[in-house]
Amino acid sequence: MKRLSMGIVALAACVAMQAAVADKKYGPGVTDTEIKLGQTMPYSGPASAYGAIGKAEIAYFQMINDQGGVNGRKINLISLDDAYSPPRTVEQVRKLVEEDQVLALFQNLGTPSNSAVHKYLNAKKVPHLFIATGATKWGDPANFPWTIGFQPSYQVEAQIYAKYILKNKPGSKIAVLYQNDDYGKDYLKGLKDGLGDKTGMIVAEASYEVTDPTVDSQIVTLQGSGADVMFTIATPKFAAQSIRKVYDIGWKPLHLVNNVASSVGAVMTPAGLDKSTGLITALYMKDPVDPQWDKDAGMQRWHAFMKKYMPDANTSDFNYVYGYGAAQLMVMVLKACGDDLSRENLMKQAANVRDVTLDVSLPGIKYNTGPSDYFLVEQLQLARFDGKRWVLFGDVIGK
Amino acid sequence: MLGLLVLLAAAVALPFVVSNYRVFQFNMVLVYAIVLLGLNMLTGYNGQISLGHGAFYAIGAYAAAILMDHFGWPYWATPPVAGALCFVFGFLFGLPALRLSGHYLALATFALAVAMPQILKYKRIEQWTGGVQGIVIVKPDAPFGWKLTPDQWLYLFTLAILVIMFVLGWNLLRGRVGRAITAIRDHPMAAQAMGVNLALYKSLTFGVSALYTGVAGALGAVVVQFVAPDSFTAGLSINFLIGIVIGGVASISGAVYGALFIQFVPNFADQLSKAAPWAIYGIFLLAFVYLMPTGVAGFVRLAWRRMRGAKGREEAIVPRGADS
Amino acid sequence: MEAFLHQVLSGLATGGIYASLALALVMIYQSTNHINFAQGEMAMFSTYLAWNMINAGLPYWWAFLLTVTISFAAGVVIERVIIRPVENAPVLSVITVFIALLVIFNSVAGWIYSYTIKTFPSPFPEQPLFGNRFISSHELGTIGVTLAVLVALYAFFRFTPLGLAMRAAAQNATSSRLVGIRVGWMLALGWGLAAAVGAIAGMLIAPIVYLEPNMMSGVLLYAFAAALVGGIDNPFGAVLGGFLVGVLENVVGAYVVGTELKLTVALVLIVGVLLVKPTGLFGRVFVTRV
Repeated sequence: MKRLSMGIVALAACVAMQAAVADKKYGPGVTDTEIKLGQTMPYSGPASAYGAIGKAEIAYFQMINDQGGVNGRKINLISLDDAYSPPRTVEQVRKLVEEDQVLALFQNLGTPSNSAVHKYLNAKKVPHLFIATGATKWGDPANFPWTIGFQPSYQVEAQIYAKYILKNKPGSKIAVLYQNDDYGKDYLKGLKDGLGDKTGMIVAEASYEVTDPTVDSQIVTLQGSGADVMFTIATPKFAAQSIRKVYDIGWKPLHLVNNVASSVGAVMTPAGLDKSTGLITALYMKDPVDPQWDKDAGMQRWHAFMKKYMPDANTSDFNYVYGYGAAQLMVMVLKACGDDLSRENLMKQAANVRDVTLDVSLPGIKYNTGPSDYFLVEQLQLARFDGKRWVLFGDVIGK
Repeated sequence: MLGLLVLLAAAVALPFVVSNYRVFQFNMVLVYAIVLLGLNMLTGYNGQISLGHGAFYAIGAYAAAILMDHFGWPYWATPPVAGALCFVFGFLFGLPALRLSGHYLALATFALAVAMPQILKYKRIEQWTGGVQGIVIVKPDAPFGWKLTPDQWLYLFTLAILVIMFVLGWNLLRGRVGRAITAIRDHPMAAQAMGVNLALYKSLTFGVSALYTGVAGALGAVVVQFVAPDSFTAGLSINFLIGIVIGGVASISGAVYGALFIQFVPNFADQLSKAAPWAIYGIFLLAFVYLMPTGVAGFVRLAWRRMRGAKGREEAIVPRGADS
Repeated sequence: MEAFLHQVLSGLATGGIYASLALALVMIYQSTNHINFAQGEMAMFSTYLAWNMINAGLPYWWAFLLTVTISFAAGVVIERVIIRPVENAPVLSVITVFIALLVIFNSVAGWIYSYTIKTFPSPFPEQPLFGNRFISSHELGTIGVTLAVLVALYAFFRFTPLGLAMRAAAQNATSSRLVGIRVGWMLALGWGLAAAVGAIAGMLIAPIVYLEPNMMSGVLLYAFAAALVGGIDNPFGAVLGGFLVGVLENVVGAYVVGTELKLTVALVLIVGVLLVKPTGLFGRVFVTRV
């Protein structure tokens, strides 16, 4: 009898406990008051200019925490330096997952860095969210269901440029300058795919290494090919050099630059605003220097955020807009989880983003994911630089 | 001898007392220790400055990755092949390097290290190397169904290889060959006059040094489970040089101290300062060089000798810096 | 033909950059028998100081002069405080100290100034000479200033007693002390001069490659190669080496292997030159005695 009653009490206790816990499910790194997220960023080394993104995200979460956090929980973003070196990324990610026990990885930056931990994170079922690289291979839910990218894929963007060239300058000769790594080559592939059977239009390709002091020699070679369309796929410093050199040698091609190299503060101004006139790019977020967004509510919030939480930062640096946008999306996803902050639910919410607009995204551009579509943003809009700012033209392209 | 056994026992016990993440870190320490022993042979004992060992490490790593990924080789068969391949490359590099010394040799080796990432990205060999995307490697499980995590097993595997290579190296450096090598460093002309074949020994040392580094590279690739050109920049070679200086030039135990330094001090510096961690690292470097001019190994030896009084045994070979 | 000429001229322009930093490296070698790996980062830091001054409103030439002076003083201080403890240490320890300096300067610059690129003004006119499209006035100016500094340094070392004392101190410290030369201060002076030359190089390079903490990392390798190819103890050789490396790099990239192997082939050729002439094209050949 005693054993039976003990058993009933035990059973009742279990049921009661289940009922109490049923509303709250916590994955690792979550308590009633805190959510731990982790990321690796290149705060040192050749890609250190992107460290600004990590700083912006830390500041944004600070702002959210000051406003009460997400559903009452403060976000703790542990941001570690991996110096853009894959072995170090592996080490830091293992630390975040195994020692710091974070709930998820957020906005890890760099294609090789993310490649190094791709399999590990998916094997360990850790959400690998909104990673800061546009490489196309991240949108693969069938094989890697725990990894989702963030920005429009490089290939999609390059295909938009290809279509633009085919429409506005058919039969032209194209020259390409690209960074000799995953990033540059992904764009180049996209361009070639977009040109379809007209890849013969590309008459010259020149690559550069991030350790090269200048790209002047490459520009001279490209001019020598007789091309009248130029596509610069570069990071800010080299894009600025390219734009300036193209102007200085008196070459006047239709000059396209990729999105990463379109920051007015970090590229156009150093290159020379007058030398940048006529450039074409594709955008999906608002440029902080563009006066047309002065009255825009979203950008006003961004400016207020920068003033209060990053007062010493250079507000013409697009990295701060990008980081803000990614962090805002993350907060939305976390909010949608409610009290079920298990890794499974977080992944589910991240894979079910519907028609989200961010403070900093261009009007008409929506963020969407689905269980079989892990490409968050597939839309961009073309813009032309008029000597002061990027002037949008045409419609938003993409799905 | 007893001390060494105690150390070995501690090393074997380590993976069972610390977390998997730490085991991974210590595994890298073992890998770096093998590299540093190789580099020490060339630069410390033989006086040929190499700023390019990262290149041999990369060759070893890629050899392992390609064998495992393209040809399905098991991981344990890759270190010997990586070592042999690097021996050949090292020897071949050492031949023309005979004409260079000091700063000029440093530049030539540094040029090799700097060019390595670009070579690895070259499109003609892309189908083997994976180009800019690199190659992902699967971590092996413990064999025979032993109850070890992959991290623990790999650590013990690396430890076993390290012990073998250290014993071999110690034997080599202690005997005739070692004496010939250091004689070449200290007084090449006298050594030659005494009958030491300068060209042969110098090139062989280059080869053996590269062999050690290649084996370590292969092991490192399996531990990290990923190889890409960005993993093997010139900074890696500089890191190895720092390792042997801090650990102790021309010393075998120095390899372990140096490996501990280059693995853990950057992390430590990161914890001390988020704003400028590498500045803290630089200050650590300066501190170590000022306070322990003969490296940690030299410092330990001095302290040991002082503790044991004047009866401490002298080393047969007194370590000195490489020629300028 | 025009394209080839363009590449050569562009190569001379880039070569001017390498030559200016190579001069600083030769400078420090002639006075201390060491190659300072941190030279590039020190030059970069000096340029940031100048940028600070110009941003604060100081006219260019005042900022230039002030920066060169401060860099000189800083070089002296660094030698006395940081290098002195390892003056007699093995060369590897000295190299480690240089690497430590490199890392410290780079990290502190990144911390203070962030990693976004900044523009640095050029004292030369914006308009290219004779309206040519091949080489900008600034690039020509860089070559000109480098040559001027070269001649000044050569004259200093060759014709002044102080220069002679410095060379003696570097080559034979013991004998120099015996004739009354304050070796320690000669070394410090050497560092100061090298830092000053480096600052000039930095201020010439920044307008071309844009100012950021990592701006010198690519240049340093080529400057190193240039200095060695020309003969590490010969300032003329270093400058010539710089131009040679610049043109070689451009021509190889444009006509021989394409840009994907440009760096590799350039380095192979440089090493090749060293194999033929192991002490550089114009370096002194050392005959060692038993």
